[in-house]
Amino acid sequence: MWDSTVGKKAVMAASGLIMLLYLVAHMIGNLKVFFGPGEFNAYGHWIRTVGEPFMHYGWTLWIIRVVLVAAVVAHATAAYQLSRRDIRARPAKYVHKKRGSDYATRTMRWGGVILGLFIVWHILDLTTGHVHTGGFQEGRPYQNVVDSFSTWYGNVIYIVAMLALGLHIRHGFWSAAQTLGAGGRARDRFLKAAANLLALLLTAGFVAVPVGVMTGVVS
Amino acid sequence: MRLTLRVWRQRNAADEGAMSTYQVDGISPDMSFLEMLDTLNERLILEGEDPIAFDHDCREGICGACSLVINGDAHGPERTTTCQLHMRSFRDGDVIDVEPWRAAAFPVVKDLVVDRSAFDRIIQAGGYITAPTGAAPEAHATPVPKPDADRAFEHAECIGCGACVAACPNGAAMLFTSAKVNHLNVLPQGAPERGTRVLDMVERMDAEGFGGCTLAGECATVCPKGIPLSSITDMNREWLRATAKGARR
Ligand code: HEM
Ligand code: SF4
Ligand code: FES
Repeated sequence: MWDSTVGKKAVMAASGLIMLLYLVAHMIGNLKVFFGPGEFNAYGHWIRTVGEPFMHYGWTLWIIRVVLVAAVVAHATAAYQLSRRDIRARPAKYVHKKRGSDYATRTMRWGGVILGLFIVWHILDLTTGHVHTGGFQEGRPYQNVVDSFSTWYGNVIYIVAMLALGLHIRHGFWSAAQTLGAGGRARDRFLKAAANLLALLLTAGFVAVPVGVMTGVVS
Repeated sequence: MRLTLRVWRQRNAADEGAMSTYQVDGISPDMSFLEMLDTLNERLILEGEDPIAFDHDCREGICGACSLVINGDAHGPERTTTCQLHMRSFRDGDVIDVEPWRAAAFPVVKDLVVDRSAFDRIIQAGGYITAPTGAAPEAHATPVPKPDADRAFEHAECIGCGACVAACPNGAAMLFTSAKVNHLNVLPQGAPERGTRVLDMVERMDAEGFGGCTLAGECATVCPKGIPLSSITDMNREWLRATAKGARR
């Protein structure tokens, strides 16, 4: 699987889809911020208690984290190795330059790097609190979110990353279907529309939170 | 027509190469692109210069020998082979850039000629059926459903020109390889080797130093035979299926 360009790409598609699935759930969870600190903080507590009494406190969340870290590592490693190979396979450029493929396709690599950096920043900001401003409080996610989005750079980093995410999913979701052999002529229009809709919904849903804080709807 | 050509000249594989500029006059719009180059070459020979080397054979769009990236497009501005491209697609006074296919797996031999034998080795890895040859079999001996026959034929149209590789930002040979895999994999004659064929051909494709697919779609845009991008999707499915089944020689 890993030795072949086709197999490595399939690993990328599968790990990308796992992350995508998580992001849909994450976005829905985030939107609870509009219903006040009570509901939002209770949701934050629930992710840790879900599955009890079968699971111990926090286990479900840790399982999700392990799966996500594995997905990010597999995805980024495959992206790096395939990209290096692709660049080596086309050493000489054409003298006559042409407009390339569409924006979302061309930005997969740099957009992916932006997303990777964002994931690190995001965890240090709202999970561990290392780069958080305004006094990070464990178990008080509502206040932490409001603090983060009360800084201009917090908003800029977050919104830029979410625009990059939208572009990445626009090409990525459709691509993953092709890579996994699930696409085809009959389904092409549906898959492209689904990719655009997913990209739009996720970007809008995630960006709504900082915009909510900026406009004072969430405070 | 009077044209300015900027052509890639490279004495041999080791030479660095560069673009050279030529003025050509007296070109008829009815000439093919290759006939236009012939006209220039005749003059170069009379002037004692080395004529421009380029590949060609059938000159009727069926052999896949001709190549050339013309103004950044593999096979030029029309969706056809360079030999079937006519000068009426250009305007009097145009400046035309002519370059060889660019890919690590297609090294330049001389000027516009590249070595495409990597494709031959992909075919050798599985682009055939292992069956006793001899006289053509009776046509009704192996019934092929019409939709399958159409699909096989669509893929069989690939002439192995390599435009897909030349246009790909990653120098990938996925469209070519998928055309060859699907052509045989949809037919009953190809069924016994369905799994090993796709695994072996993809393995060879990787070993030749072609890049991977990022689904940019440039290949299907330039393919003179209209091999669709979904051909790659179909090959991916075949590859995953064969891997899941553990098909290996
Ligand atoms: C660690 C950060 C990331 C990096 C470095 C990265 C990089 C890449 C690259 C280079 C590609 C291939 C682009 C191409 O084939 O043209 C890709 C594809 C993809 N990415 Fe990411 N990405 C990252 C994060 C994400 C995230 C968070 C998601 C979740 C939605 C995601 C979903 C996808 C999908 C679904 C594909 C398509 C796979 C395919 O082409 O079959 N990626 N990524
Ligand atoms: S797939 Fe199309 S572009 Fe590629 S080699 Fe075959 S005919 Fe040429
Ligand atoms: S010379 Fe045969 S296809 Fe162009």
